[in-house]
Order: sequence, then structure tokens, then C-alpha cells
Amino acid sequence: MSILKIEDLTLEIEGSKILNNLNLEINESKIYAMVGPNGAGKSSLAFTIMGLDGYRDIEGDIIFKGDSIKDLSVTERAEKGITLAWQEPARFEGLTVRQFITSSTESGTDPEELLNKVGMDSTEYLDRPMDSGLSGGERKKIELASILAMDPDLVLLDEPDSGIDVASLEKIFDVIKTLGDNGTTVILITHSSSALEHADNAFLMCDGDIVDHGPVSAVGKYFEEECFNCEAFSDQDKADEKKEVKKETK
Amino acid sequence: MDIEKIYEAAEIEGAISDPDVAHLIINKDEVVGLQGLPGLSVETEQIENGIDISINLEEGAVIEDPVHLCFGVTDEEAVQNIEMDINIEKNAEIGILAHCVFPQARDVEHIMNADIRIGPGAEYTYLEKHIHSEEGGIKVIPKADILLEKGARFRTDFELLEGRVGMIDIDYETTAKEDSVLEMMAKIDGQGDDEINISEKGNLVGKNSRGVLTTRVALRDEASAEVYNKLIADAPDARGHVDCKEIVQGNGKAKAIPIVDVRNSEAHVTHEAAIGSVDTKQLQTLMARGLSEDESADLIIDGLLS
Repeated sequence: MSILKIEDLTLEIEGSKILNNLNLEINESKIYAMVGPNGAGKSSLAFTIMGLDGYRDIEGDIIFKGDSIKDLSVTERAEKGITLAWQEPARFEGLTVRQFITSSTESGTDPEELLNKVGMDSTEYLDRPMDSGLSGGERKKIELASILAMDPDLVLLDEPDSGIDVASLEKIFDVIKTLGDNGTTVILITHSSSALEHADNAFLMCDGDIVDHGPVSAVGKYFEEECFNCEAFSDQDKADEKKEVKKETK
Repeated sequence: MDIEKIYEAAEIEGAISDPDVAHLIINKDEVVGLQGLPGLSVETEQIENGIDISINLEEGAVIEDPVHLCFGVTDEEAVQNIEMDINIEKNAEIGILAHCVFPQARDVEHIMNADIRIGPGAEYTYLEKHIHSEEGGIKVIPKADILLEKGARFRTDFELLEGRVGMIDIDYETTAKEDSVLEMMAKIDGQGDDEINISEKGNLVGKNSRGVLTTRVALRDEASAEVYNKLIADAPDARGHVDCKEIVQGNGKAKAIPIVDVRNSEAHVTHEAAIGSVDTKQLQTLMARGLSEDESADLIIDGLLS
């Protein structure tokens, strides 16, 4: 059953078309990978679905569970069951990990259990501030714990595997699988082939539009074989790809 | 209002009934409670509109539990002058919790002048918590000169997070001799037409002296703040850091003036100052968890001032 439908979505920022008449439909309780070169519009699409500042002045429509959400605030979209995890999570001076995880949830949530689920020692982390004393990877796992606490219907994960040590990667993918098993639909923005393996289906984005979608194996193969040799594939993309290949062969 | 209300607001009923906890309670210009401990002498003298206080901690004396000072005014209109002379002798250790409680203030002025000397190897911690009325009819003017002898440690936290600030004008200056350490922190939550002026100066004059000046201010409505932090390093291996953050909402106005003055090539002082609205990424992260914009901003500000 369809949970999210995007119709003719166009987003312009400072005169540049970031999303270009994009159409997309995804079903509930599935894990979707969103791949594509840097600048293809993957993160912008996630920010637009979430309705972040600077990503709200759009043409087209975003339909979530049958209703248009394009005029809703970030909070209203979250209340409907959508949430997002950033590639580089925010730092919060003075706010403890416990406060951050429990801020959005009803009482009764056990932050210790949630931290343990993302592979973190709760006794070590719960009372630490969610600031620059934590690494990006640690904040990313804590952000994932806060998403588990929220139990959303749709979660947008912007490169959840970047900046994560190899040992923690499997734990992250276990959590993503748990989300899927619990009925959450996941859109996983990634550069990594190993992340692709954990998705049910994949979309390939280029130049602000979806250019291919289908089974992960087919889209992944197309991405690796065709995109890498494409002019639109920048030196930065190639460097990122090499990094991923190196990481995966370790 | 009776004095018990002040005890209740300051949450010190338990502490002042404990015979092992030293305390001094002042209501406007009257001493209403005083308890010393061996090694710690506290003398008071009434002056015009206030009290002159002398505190001396003998050499080597260590006071285990925090000493409670409570400066209260139960009247709606009053002037309270506090003159303090504090001497912490060599290798002595003491922590003071100062509660400044003005729960009914409509036109109250609280003026404090403190001279503090912390002897060689001694440690002195002064945590000052203000509880004001919701009216904002108060002026708080604390001034302190602090001298740290060799190897002394001094930490002060000033906190005004409950009730309206009114007008506050903090002026603290610390001079740190060889191997001594100073930490000065001020956290203030301004709203309405509150006016906040903070001047914190640290003079690192001794070899290997250390200093950190930290300020956290939140401004809402029409509140304004000017924060002047100055750290002078004038000795080899002196190290320091100045850190000021102000969050501005509504029509609040903030100014930060961090001054780093290094006069010795072997000294090193850094600074950071940030003024602005609540960080968009922080705000949107919390909103994406279902908090409203106001709830998110409040949580972020609470964190900053915690």
C-alpha cells in the first residue's frame, strides 16, 4: 500500500533547479535506498519531504498517507509520522543524551534500552551532553535511538552509514532492519554498496530527478557501471566511491 | 512575607537546620541566622541599608559541606548593601552557595561589593543563585575583586534563571598569580525589558596561571545584554579562554565584546563568541521529532543555560 506519493515536484533554490519535476511512489513497511552522485538532489528531496526551512517553496505535491502535506510545518509532518536523521547531526550544548532521546516521546520510553539497541553503553552516554564532546558517529547513533523512540511511519535517513566505524555499521543496519520489521518505511540515502544490500528496492537520482528504480541489484549495478563513467559523476563522487570500496574490502 | 518563604524559595530549610552546615541569613539589613564552624569565622556589622560581612577561613581548614549564604529582601521596596571581605588562608578549602532571593521585589536594589583573597594553595568556590520576582522591579549590582595567590583555585558560577532579571550590572575582576586557576561563569535568562550588563576580567599575571571566562545569556522579548569579557595574559605559560554565547529571540538585543590581551610570547589565550537566534539545525532536528517550534527553542535554551 502506498504511503508516500510525490507528484511533479520541482524545487528551485537561488535560481537553480534542485528537484526537477520529480515523481515517486513508495509503499509502506519497506526499506528504499536512494542512490546517485553528489548534487543529484538526494538530501534535498529528504529535506523537502520533511519541509525544512528553504525547502518549502515547491511546485507539485507531496502526498503522505493520502493527504497533501506540502503546506504543513516540520512539526505537523512529524506529528503525522515523518522524521529525518541528518548526515551530520546537530550538536546541543548542555542537552543530555537522555533529554534528547526522550524529548519527543511519551513517558515510559526507556532511553537505556534504546541506546543499547544502537550499540551504545547507556551508563557511559546517557548523562553526557549531546555536544562536540561526542563524535559525529556517536551523535548519529544517538539520533537513530531518538528515532526508535519516536516510532515513526516514515523515516528519512541521510547517509546513516557515513562517519560510522566499521564495527558499528552492522548494528546500524540491524536498527534499520528493525525499523522496517516494525512497520516503518525507510528511505535510506547512501553512497555505499553495502548499505544498498539492506534495502528492498532502490531509486537512482540524477540531476534532480529519479532516473531509475527497481530491485536493488539492478539499480546498484546500473549505478556502479553507468554512473561512474558519466560526465555528471564528479571527481568528488569518484573519491567517495573509492573510499566506500576501500571500507568494504577491509 | 516572612523569612520562611525565603528559605522555601531558596530550598535551604534542610541545610540551615543541620548543625554541621555553616550559614548566614540576612533579610535586608538584619542578620536573622548565623552559624559558624571550627576554623571558619563569620563576623557581621550592620551598616546603612545593609550588612558588612567578614569571613575568614583558617590555614589548612577544610569545610566539607557547602556554606549557605542567603541574602534576601522580603519587602517590595528596599535597598540592600552587602559589603563582603573574604579571606581564605593557605591550603584551606571552602565552597559557598549564595542564595539571593527577592520574591516580591517591585523596587529593590541589591548592591554587593566583595574583596576576596584566596591564599596559597587554597580553594574557593562561590555559586550564586538568584531568585527574583516576576515583576522585574529589581536592580542587582554585584562587584568583586578577587586575588589568587600562588596555586590557589577559584570558581564562581552566577545563575539568574528564575523570575525576571530587572537590571543587572556584574563587575568581577580576578588577578591570578603563579600556578593559580580561575573560572568565572555567568548564566542569565533575560525577558521583558530586562537589562543585562556583564563585565568579567581576568588578569593572568603569574607563571602557569590559568583562566576561563564563560558567559551564557538568553534574551527574549525586548531584553538586552552587553557582555564584556577581558582576559589579560602577562606571564610565561599563562593559558586562558573566553567563551560567550548569547541566544536572541523576539526583539532582544545582544552585544559581546571579548578582549584577549596577551603580553607575553609564551602565553596563549583563545576566545569564541556567538550571538544569534536559536540554531536552525538544532531547532529543526527537534521539530522533526514532533516538538513545536517554541518547545524546541525552550529546550535548546534550557540546555545552553543548564
